Amino acid sequence: MNANNDLVLEVNDLRTTFLTPRGPVGAVDGVSMSLRAGETLGIVGESGSGKSVLGRTVMGLIADNPTTRVSGEVRIGGHDVHAITPRERRRLWGPEVAMVFQDPMTSLNPVKKVGTHITEALRLHLKLDKAEAHARAVELLRQVFIPEAERRMRQYPHELSGGMRQRVVIAMALACDPKLLIADEPTTALDVTVQKQILDLLATLAAERNMATILISHDLGAVEGRTDRVAVMYAGRTVETSRTSRVFHAPEHPYAEALLASIPRLDDDPHTVLRAIEGTPPNLLNPPVGCRFAPRCRFTVDRCRTEDPALRELGDATGATHLAACHFPLVASGDRAAESSAGEPANAAATASPTQEVN
Amino acid sequence: MAGSGTAHMRPDADPVLSVDQMVVEFPVGRRQVVHAVSGMNIDLLPGETLGILGESGCGKSSAGRAIMQEPSPTKGSVRLQGTELTGLRSADLRRKRARMQMIMQDPVSSLNPRRKVHALVAEGLKIWGFDGDDLDTAIRETLVAVGLDPDAVWDRRPHELSGGQCQRVCIARALMMNPDVLICDEPVSALDVSVQAQILNLLERTKQNYDLSMIFIAHDVSVVKNISDRVMVLYLGKTCEVLPSNDMHVRAVHPYSRTLIASIPGGEEIASTDDPVVGDLAAEKPQSAGVTELPSPLNPPSGCRFRTRCPLATDLCAAEEPELREIATGHFVACHHVAVDGAGPAAAAGAAAAGADPASPGDPAVGVA
Repeated sequence: MNANNDLVLEVNDLRTTFLTPRGPVGAVDGVSMSLRAGETLGIVGESGSGKSVLGRTVMGLIADNPTTRVSGEVRIGGHDVHAITPRERRRLWGPEVAMVFQDPMTSLNPVKKVGTHITEALRLHLKLDKAEAHARAVELLRQVFIPEAERRMRQYPHELSGGMRQRVVIAMALACDPKLLIADEPTTALDVTVQKQILDLLATLAAERNMATILISHDLGAVEGRTDRVAVMYAGRTVETSRTSRVFHAPEHPYAEALLASIPRLDDDPHTVLRAIEGTPPNLLNPPVGCRFAPRCRFTVDRCRTEDPALRELGDATGATHLAACHFPLVASGDRAAESSAGEPANAAATASPTQEVN
Repeated sequence: MAGSGTAHMRPDADPVLSVDQMVVEFPVGRRQVVHAVSGMNIDLLPGETLGILGESGCGKSSAGRAIMQEPSPTKGSVRLQGTELTGLRSADLRRKRARMQMIMQDPVSSLNPRRKVHALVAEGLKIWGFDGDDLDTAIRETLVAVGLDPDAVWDRRPHELSGGQCQRVCIARALMMNPDVLICDEPVSALDVSVQAQILNLLERTKQNYDLSMIFIAHDVSVVKNISDRVMVLYLGKTCEVLPSNDMHVRAVHPYSRTLIASIPGGEEIASTDDPVVGDLAAEKPQSAGVTELPSPLNPPSGCRFRTRCPLATDLCAAEEPELREIATGHFVACHHVAVDGAGPAAAAGAAAAGADPASPGDPAVGVA
């Protein structure tokens, strides 16, 4: 699995710890994952679950420094992002990996024209001359469906609407044809009707370019229809990862299941009482012993409070990997009120090999 | 014509809050005016929750604040239990308005960071001269009612609480005044999904326990449907559709309502039924929809304000503003292209509706500059 050549991204046991005055905070705590060309991975979780820090650490924007410890391995395009020099890392940004951030208002420079944002990367990384870069930038703006691309090139970010600005940010990210795109909450700051347009646009562009995409979002609905696989994060860890439809229709981890159940559904009757998850996510300065979700879980038993469940293979009817970190997975153990169709003969009591690898 | 009509009003009922032809405009230099709300009519019955749904810029927050008289609407009337609020002197207004409370979107920034929870919750009643043990008892009861442990949070400041807990404090602050009407402006959109469910359940429970009527402003169709009895869809300051929340995702017929529903994940399947309006919208390419954004509220389109983005738009839509018409019991739509069951009240609209179904969505840019 490790020696696979078409892997665009490989992350092994990544840990990001912020050394705060009040103690170390393990924002990302042992996450592993991998991504092939053309594949889309969704990372979902609540705020504070570590999904954005994970994205930034994978990108190399968060690196080892006096107040931050990064350990583990992130391999992009044959390089270990955290073992190379900052100069070499910058060379990866653009052609190998690019990022789209949440807020299009702050990720564009207000005193630079739209065109400059895009041509800058083209001239630096692809060594294009001024005219070539300009022509290519106009072409990119067309590809992200910005009308009157020539005129927009000369405008400043404040002259564009939020949706248009996010399109510019996407055009910037795509300028050097990256093999991996990390989109961190790309639509959270946008209106609902615009959200759908931007997500559809990202999906179209990724498919055209056979680009691997990581879509980080707290919006489960945004992730559901647009990703191949999904990883659910809680308190800095992956608690479940599998095919998207499997996680959404037959989740194994009680957190994943509870998160899905807490969203109001359009086909529910009005005034349906929602199944909220009581309590709040743990303080990462002092995470609970054992399973980190145990204090909020409906099914907690003594073992959950003492023994930390490893992420382990539970099997999937299609033969795909399905990992969950729970002593008593909902479907595989078969004794809980969850969907019972995909019941693999994995026994909850049997301590399976504590594999930490995702796909 | 000032507004989109008053057909949805219930003249026989006895509303706790009624809003009549409310207009909110903000001057922005050079004699330009932002038309935030253009002629809104609301009647809120006791115990009812009205959901106001729309994108940002549609005027839903301006409407909520104008009802609270912060600031007062430019034109029109707002009556709380029969008392006219517009034009009152500020001392009178504060006395009359106490029965109506508001909950804002961002719970953290709407609490004074330097004050402790008990002082924040007590503030409203203190202004009215309450103090002492009775006040403390009231604070404790209210904190318990919103699901906070009084002993644990009593001396905390907002930064020591999570977003969900801050929103509970905001709800407690509102409840202390024993209101009849609660106006919630996007109360859950700054919160995580698991916390969002807690707060929605709390609001629902609070409404029952305190006999409240609620106006719930939000952009999320599923959330609005869950909490409301009646839903009003707003676009650029105009009412598009008013309908019961029950089955609203299948019953809504206004092209804008359909667009909103189709935009939410999983909404595509619901939207692509054989309904002609919906079918036409579903046929719209996402790319072409991409270039049609909200027109400027400085200079809203003539006629129907949605026509610049509407796949069904025709010349009629540019020339004449559609009025709200009842198409089923309690279901009102302001669109020329929606057929009225049985005898239509407006002949012109009826004729337009008859020709609407075969009309292809091929000319969405009719008369658009």
